[in-house]
Amino acid sequence: MKRTFKGGIHPYEGKELTENKPVTEYLPKGDLVFPLSQHIGAPAKPVVKKGDPVLAGQLIAEAGGFVSANIHSSVSGTVKAIEPRLTSAGNKVNSIVIENDGEFKSVEYKGNDTPVSELDKGVILDAIKQAGIVGMGGAGFPTHVKLSPKEPEKIDTIIVNASECEPYLTSDYRRLIEQGDGVIEGLRLALAIFPGAKGIIAVEDNKPEAIRLLTEKLAGDDKIAVHSMKTKYPEGAERQLIYANTGRYINSKMLPADAGCIVHNVDTVFAICEAVRKGKPLIERIVTVTGDAINNPGNFRILVGTSYQELIEAAGGFKTTPEKIISGGPMMGKAIYTTELPATKGSSAILCLTKDEVQEYEPSACIRCGRCISVCPGRVRPELLCNLAERGDIEGFLAHEGMECCECGCCSYVCPAKRHLTQTIAGTRKLVLANKKK
Amino acid sequence: MDLQAILLAAAIVGAVGLFAGVLLSLASEKFKVKVNEKEIEVRAALPGNNCGACGYPGCDGLAAAIAKGEAPTGACPVGGDPVAKKIGEIMGSGDGESAVRLVAHVMCKGDCEKAKEAYEYVGPQDCRIATNTPGSGPKGCSKGCLGFGSCVKACQFSAIRIENGIAVIDPKKCKSCKQCTAVCPRHLIEMIPENAGAVVNCSSNDFGKDVKAVCEAGCIGCGLCAKNCPQEAITVENHLAKVDYEKCVGCGACKAKCPVKIIE
Repeated sequence: MKRTFKGGIHPYEGKELTENKPVTEYLPKGDLVFPLSQHIGAPAKPVVKKGDPVLAGQLIAEAGGFVSANIHSSVSGTVKAIEPRLTSAGNKVNSIVIENDGEFKSVEYKGNDTPVSELDKGVILDAIKQAGIVGMGGAGFPTHVKLSPKEPEKIDTIIVNASECEPYLTSDYRRLIEQGDGVIEGLRLALAIFPGAKGIIAVEDNKPEAIRLLTEKLAGDDKIAVHSMKTKYPEGAERQLIYANTGRYINSKMLPADAGCIVHNVDTVFAICEAVRKGKPLIERIVTVTGDAINNPGNFRILVGTSYQELIEAAGGFKTTPEKIISGGPMMGKAIYTTELPATKGSSAILCLTKDEVQEYEPSACIRCGRCISVCPGRVRPELLCNLAERGDIEGFLAHEGMECCECGCCSYVCPAKRHLTQTIAGTRKLVLANKKK
Repeated sequence: MDLQAILLAAAIVGAVGLFAGVLLSLASEKFKVKVNEKEIEVRAALPGNNCGACGYPGCDGLAAAIAKGEAPTGACPVGGDPVAKKIGEIMGSGDGESAVRLVAHVMCKGDCEKAKEAYEYVGPQDCRIATNTPGSGPKGCSKGCLGFGSCVKACQFSAIRIENGIAVIDPKKCKSCKQCTAVCPRHLIEMIPENAGAVVNCSSNDFGKDVKAVCEAGCIGCGLCAKNCPQEAITVENHLAKVDYEKCVGCGACKAKCPVKIIE
């Protein structure tokens, strides 16, 4: 039986636009912007000031707490300003702006060649912490925190999330094809922290090439398994991924560690390998620039901090005026209204859609068909939650497990009445979380 | 048919009824809860909206507090003077003067013409949901009224309407229950005295240049109003002018000087 979960949808994939395009290197020309909050947790504290010269790979802001991450410059140049700048999340965040001198001079990286079996776990964790690695799937949770759970002996599985279930995105796929060895090495390093744990690389079966390559490379390795999963959205959502691969169930109040699992994105694992083996901080990532409104869709290896506008130009600019530009995938990404935004550690794609692709419909009344319930991977009742949310009934919303929603967007996708289900529920969840903080 | 059996049954039921009745009436006398008579009268005088604006749990709560002397007779903001007077008579505590009535006021005048929208918003028409979109809403100004009417829905007295893209509160209809201030995600609605002489209709703490870029009706923090106020009732903090309503006499000097005409 295929590894999968209950519910989910099969949206148009759109991956054919970029999946066979090799990753090309893009070097930025303009200024680079480094928001101090590219991760979950406390914002980083700047350690440079205006006018300071910096080199690529130099620490420019240090972690501002336990749950926080270092930020490094990705180019050489001078610090132009430290001021609030707009980010892809839509809010203004204090950012370090670096004027690029175009020379890309880098600090000297010092790698560690000790075999995995002889490496001390403290060394690995420290390298990850110094490199400022955060979850690169989008949420941006600091990786060294994720790898230091309360009860490390309980962790028995580390899952590398290579499902890339979001339509259009191909950056993880290209990483697996082109640098699969790095990903495997990164996973081995992460496994070295938990002696009893086994590794799983979970790939959706719409990427047979990646599965074949990984299986070949891992022949004879009994610690790491390659799992092929059914292609379905949201196969890569943390809870669904854990269920599909281990049969364990977690809810919104639990962490993957409660089920003995740690889930990492492909790029994150690769960054761990770079950090330990080459001593290189997290200053690069792969971004897919795609969509029907783009002339030459492609995958780019970019330096963190590059402006979206430059990346769109690198992909040949716009074919037609895009109706909607999304940072991230079409299901969970955020629509943006300006392209003057910096790519951050969590930026996986820039999606430029034409009017045909984002046709709007006027929402109408619920026809009680129940399709949202049958596709909901969180096993809640979106139609009921939306109704409660619209009436402002927070207690009812909580009583019907509104917090179990993972905001994947399946309900809105299937709704024949085109109701704004996900948006309404997601908005109410944020409201509840904000009230909780108070 | 046995008439005797029917009579017997009726007699037994009657006797039990009589016994229980006597017992209950005795019990009700013995365990009587003492209710302050004044409390009942005060409760009757209150409007009965149960809005909670007074800070007590509904009208019953306030009535109890007034009867005990814990709350002033004019504590009901909804009822205003007439109710305060009535309660004053009941309590026999003289003047029956109510507190200065506070009314809700939207601190924004950035309507469709004056404030720029950063992008077109598609989704539920609710400020609390729209505020999760990039830039916390389509409005260019991060402090401007979104105009999706969450406050309109929250108002039980139909005192709020959306006019040209922003919420406007009718001070006459406002019962100062503060339901709207609680729902506004941008905290734009403030309680001001009904007789306030001057109000600065802006909540933006951004620099004057940034405000100017997104809204024609935004406080740029120039400080002209503060300089020209004879009562020194206006202060400019974080690039935003603020009126001290206690000092303000309503002379209108600030209104005349404001370059963006947002003081009224």
